[in-house]
Amino acid sequence: MNLTEKILAHASGKNSVRPGEIVDANVDMLMVHDLTGPLAVEAFKQIGVEKIWDNQKAVIVLDHQVPAESVKAAELHKMMRSFAKEQKIRLYDVGKGGICHQVMPEKGHVLPGAVIVGADSHTCTYGAFGAFATGIGSTEAAAVFATGKIWLKVPEAIKIDVSGQFRKYTTPKDLILHVIGTMGVGGAIYKSIEFTGPTIRAMSMAGRMTLCNMTVEMGAKNGIVEPDQTTYKFLEGRTSKDLGQRLYLKSDAEASYEKTIEIDVTDLSPQIACPSSVDNVKPASELGHVRLDQAFIGSCTNSRIEDLRLAADILKGRKVKEGVRTLVIPASKETYTQALKEGLIEIFTDADALVCGSTCGPCLGGHIGLLAQGETCVSTSNRNFIGRMGSTEANVYLASPATVAASAITGRITDPQELEAQER
Amino acid sequence: MRVAGTAIKFGVNVDTDVILPGKYLVLIDPVELAKHAMEGLDPEFPKKAQKGVIVVGGKNFGCGSSREQAPLALQYSGVRCVLAESFARIFFRNAINIGLPVIECKDISTVTDEGDSIEVDFETGEIQNISKGKKFHGTGLPPFIVKILTDGGLIENLRKRLKKK
Repeated sequence: MNLTEKILAHASGKNSVRPGEIVDANVDMLMVHDLTGPLAVEAFKQIGVEKIWDNQKAVIVLDHQVPAESVKAAELHKMMRSFAKEQKIRLYDVGKGGICHQVMPEKGHVLPGAVIVGADSHTCTYGAFGAFATGIGSTEAAAVFATGKIWLKVPEAIKIDVSGQFRKYTTPKDLILHVIGTMGVGGAIYKSIEFTGPTIRAMSMAGRMTLCNMTVEMGAKNGIVEPDQTTYKFLEGRTSKDLGQRLYLKSDAEASYEKTIEIDVTDLSPQIACPSSVDNVKPASELGHVRLDQAFIGSCTNSRIEDLRLAADILKGRKVKEGVRTLVIPASKETYTQALKEGLIEIFTDADALVCGSTCGPCLGGHIGLLAQGETCVSTSNRNFIGRMGSTEANVYLASPATVAASAITGRITDPQELEAQER
Repeated sequence: MRVAGTAIKFGVNVDTDVILPGKYLVLIDPVELAKHAMEGLDPEFPKKAQKGVIVVGGKNFGCGSSREQAPLALQYSGVRCVLAESFARIFFRNAINIGLPVIECKDISTVTDEGDSIEVDFETGEIQNISKGKKFHGTGLPPFIVKILTDGGLIENLRKRLKKK
């Protein structure tokens, strides 16, 4: 069995499972946020169960519309706080957490081998830690609140075997954009994607999270990476649970995959997903002149400390181009504090970028940093659908933090390697 | 179990941001949500859907966000069933969980025209195009999913199951 199959077999009390089989899995962790939680709470109340199945296995994160930008959002937050209090569920409120997919692993709620479901499509991010993690809807979350179980079809798996060393300013984001560009937005519907190979072994948790985060953009059920020393180092001090047996969960050598894709990143250049589909991917250097109104460094895909360091490396001592409003939104309170300590926040403000408190913010066009008709934004986030960041007549280009930083300086979409060459 | 309606067609990779833009996610009343159904592609959609329609899409229908508000908006605007060549998995589950039938059927968007009168049996997956006098075979749903749909969604289904225990 591969790692995903092993986790699903264990969670459903079976010795083995096969792709296509439907299992009833025990859930180790459930996450809901301020936009999916309210519908889940309403549905839960209709079920007629008083207490949730296990209040140690559920977490609520307020991150999408924070701080409340409207009375309606404030009401939703109030509802979630009240539910958390009544059920004694851990809730990360404004100022305490940050973006859910960063907060969950940071606070030790994501462990290798666990089955984690979240009422957010990017829940697949946690696969970076060797967990089986997938997104669900609100009603399904209500059912999990009540029963602690979920039915799941065991997915077929695709292995992506990555080798080679990234060039300077080419990142895991460029790799995953390249993969999505090749496979298409429907290229992995219902499937599991396992990332393996020396490049993945050498990759930080931040990079692995970026890869797993965007597997849903190909329709995948989950993305997964075998846990190793890098995983252990990240989790150290974040959980009181014993990690001994969970580490080194591996796919069997004879595990079956629907296909294996081999990628060498040695010659990979910075990639861009052009409007309005995540698979409309081109090398940044081939884009021609795309003039910008906004640059956004943030979201659950790319706003971790490693991402901010990379952007700061490029923005240091420079100013963003007149007319390009540049937003930097650190993933969490921990990320923000670390960036502050390292002097990154000052680099951003010196460059005339605006640094905001942790929130999903502009990524889903909910609040702050929305786009007007005819405007163009380059963003480190994960979706460039029509209307995603505001007006249905705005354009969103997706890129790495290095590319977004370089583009903010020149005022047009720019390969960071080109910027460096120019100034040499 | 059968549902019927007039076909309204959309293309491939219809994402949840066009089905229901993020700015409306603070609304939790489904009637309010329905007013913005498909706003990203056709602001007139809620008006057209009122009479009871069947949405026909291409591949990867409902891709993107896990927002259940997307199928809810469709359901409350008058959509009785969604037929597509394939679905994004979270949308598929969400639709079933709120009691909105969704059926996969190969080539359905090429064999259907806007305005065709359609009848769907979601247990067998049989799709009847009354306007064209033709039958197509989609993927039927397994009994436990049909039960969720006939119960009106996962919550009612779960209430019944928990009562039995």
